[in-house]
Amino acid sequence: MTEFTPFLSLLGGALIGLSAVLLMAVHGRIAGMTGILAALLPPPARDWGWRAAFLAGAVAAPAAMIAFGGATIPFDSPVPTPWLIAGGLIVGIGVTYGSGCTSGHGVCGMARLSPRSIAATATFMVTTALTVFVVRHVIGGL
Amino acid sequence: MARIVSALLIGLIFGAGIALSGMANPAKILNFFDFAGAWDPSLAFVMAGALAVTAPGYALILKRRAPALDTGFHLPSGKGIDLPLIAGSAVFGIGWGISGFCPGGAIPALGLMETDAVVFVAAMVAGILVARYLRNATRARTATGAA
Repeated sequence: MTEFTPFLSLLGGALIGLSAVLLMAVHGRIAGMTGILAALLPPPARDWGWRAAFLAGAVAAPAAMIAFGGATIPFDSPVPTPWLIAGGLIVGIGVTYGSGCTSGHGVCGMARLSPRSIAATATFMVTTALTVFVVRHVIGGL
Repeated sequence: MARIVSALLIGLIFGAGIALSGMANPAKILNFFDFAGAWDPSLAFVMAGALAVTAPGYALILKRRAPALDTGFHLPSGKGIDLPLIAGSAVFGIGWGISGFCPGGAIPALGLMETDAVVFVAAMVAGILVARYLRNATRARTATGAA
């Protein structure tokens, strides 16, 4: 069980949105984690500097919240390691062909009513729900 | 320098948002999609909060001629809804459903110093590199007419 957190989730979502708006206002870029990460992998994009800085900030924020803010950030990964590795490989392949993920298509693309992003988001929401149903209730466990 | 510092600060806001919202917590993701089990609707509030800020924010900013630190906006060129987009998104959803991690949640989760986040990100990076290699190989074959 996880606790239902409507206010924290709404606030967190608003911060994600603020970050997306600022990245567009200052850098003119989509805050899509897939695109930003992929551009840092070899061969890196020519202007990789701001991307590395954005990523460093994204990683540093939760660490700083715990270290300096005394925050507890719930984390529970209930999936066995072999499944986690398979899931990671599948996600990496999927987001490369699908040109984005939850942040790129789900937030930035949907916000500007991009038909491609709406189609992509609808597609992965459906296959994710189907996968969770199959893993938890057909195969059982996890 | 301004580009680096501003990107770092914007990344911090992104990471804080992911951490607060619960997007970095695989159990929470999996429970959101588990309608037949321990359903936790929180993720719908993440999406609502994000879109409530991004949609009007983008509408205002994209009316301007250029962003503060660049000569123009870099928006994805609409290529229409094609097979790679839909098949890739479908595959991504399967991986998300298996692991509970998406790229936007997994990267900030690295800051939580959790081994599972590191394992997932390493596998995801391998997946991106494999897919990029396959895609380039296919393109090269198509370009030389050997396909």
